[in-house]
Amino acid sequence: MKKRSETKARYFLPVKTIVVIASILSIIVLITSAFKEEDDANAGIAGYKNDNTDSVESVQAFLQVYKVLMSPRCMNCHPAGDQPLQGDDSRIHTMKAQRGKDGKGVYAAKCSNCHQPENTPGLHTPPGNPKWSLPPANMKMVFQGRTARQLALQIMDYNKNGHKNKKQLLEHARDTLVKAAWNMGEGRTPPPLSYDAFVKVWDTWIQKGGYAPK
Amino acid sequence: MITLNINKKNYNVEVDPEMPLLWALRDVIGLVGTKYGCGVAQCGACVVHLNGEAVRSCVTKVKRAQGGKITTIEGLSEKNDHPLQRAWIELDVPQCGYCQSGQLMSAAVLLRENPNPNDEDIDAAMAGNICRCGTYLRIRKAIHLAAEIQRKGK
Repeated sequence: MKKRSETKARYFLPVKTIVVIASILSIIVLITSAFKEEDDANAGIAGYKNDNTDSVESVQAFLQVYKVLMSPRCMNCHPAGDQPLQGDDSRIHTMKAQRGKDGKGVYAAKCSNCHQPENTPGLHTPPGNPKWSLPPANMKMVFQGRTARQLALQIMDYNKNGHKNKKQLLEHARDTLVKAAWNMGEGRTPPPLSYDAFVKVWDTWIQKGGYAPK
Repeated sequence: MITLNINKKNYNVEVDPEMPLLWALRDVIGLVGTKYGCGVAQCGACVVHLNGEAVRSCVTKVKRAQGGKITTIEGLSEKNDHPLQRAWIELDVPQCGYCQSGQLMSAAVLLRENPNPNDEDIDAAMAGNICRCGTYLRIRKAIHLAAEIQRKGK
């Protein structure tokens, strides 16, 4: 009996050990993968990380970027619904203006029917740009209502940012329509940072890894 | 000298390229069917077609229209028999009539792009055309009728 018992003990000991080790390993794997997921989500697409990656600096820069993106000059054309917004109070655009499939309006109410390639002089006149439009219906790129984290992750996501890679995102800050936010005609408050300051923090955010705030 | 193609005819005009197209149409060329309402693209009385799109001629500069094809209310049809014009007459849509050129030109773009619009489509297309007489219900009815005339090819 004694001999049998010892045999049994010797047999069960490694199993328990294996179970404990496996459990510890599982926990480690889970924790690691959670961090990895967080890391991937923050870094967005491949190629954002480099030797200069700095999550603290990147996030600090994005918080400045966020102030600009949520200003009426940017957000009014990135609404949560399918109607553009207008004015410093971001009210719904008059005339029942609609996004349309391509973001350029519908029927007799297309953006460029009123919004010219340049600003129309005077108060309460339509601001202008050759590219005047909303994001298209199949990729709305909503800013309105997004937290800083949500918006950062959205912009870093190739499938949610208008299919822009790192290079194209950096170029986007130099786009004529983005730049137009700082020249939108009389009576419209420009974004809270200067254009040059915006480009600087935009570049820093992306070059330092494109991290999203917590 | 600037050449403007209006209703399939070329007009040579001595105007500032920055001049609103509406000014050139009414004051220089003499096509006064297009109306001046607000001057800031808010009312729709001045709508004309530029390359088929319903632009507001009070804020569209002559330089943008140069080289394009402009259609005014005078050129919407050769015999005033566009389905919309026929429906407008049939239902006696206008009251004072001031906004109606713009209404017709906007509705024409709607019917070209959507031959069978529902009320929602009509609102989306026409909400930027203001009528101070409040003929909106007749306008909507007339657009439905015009769509029917157009579909039947009468």
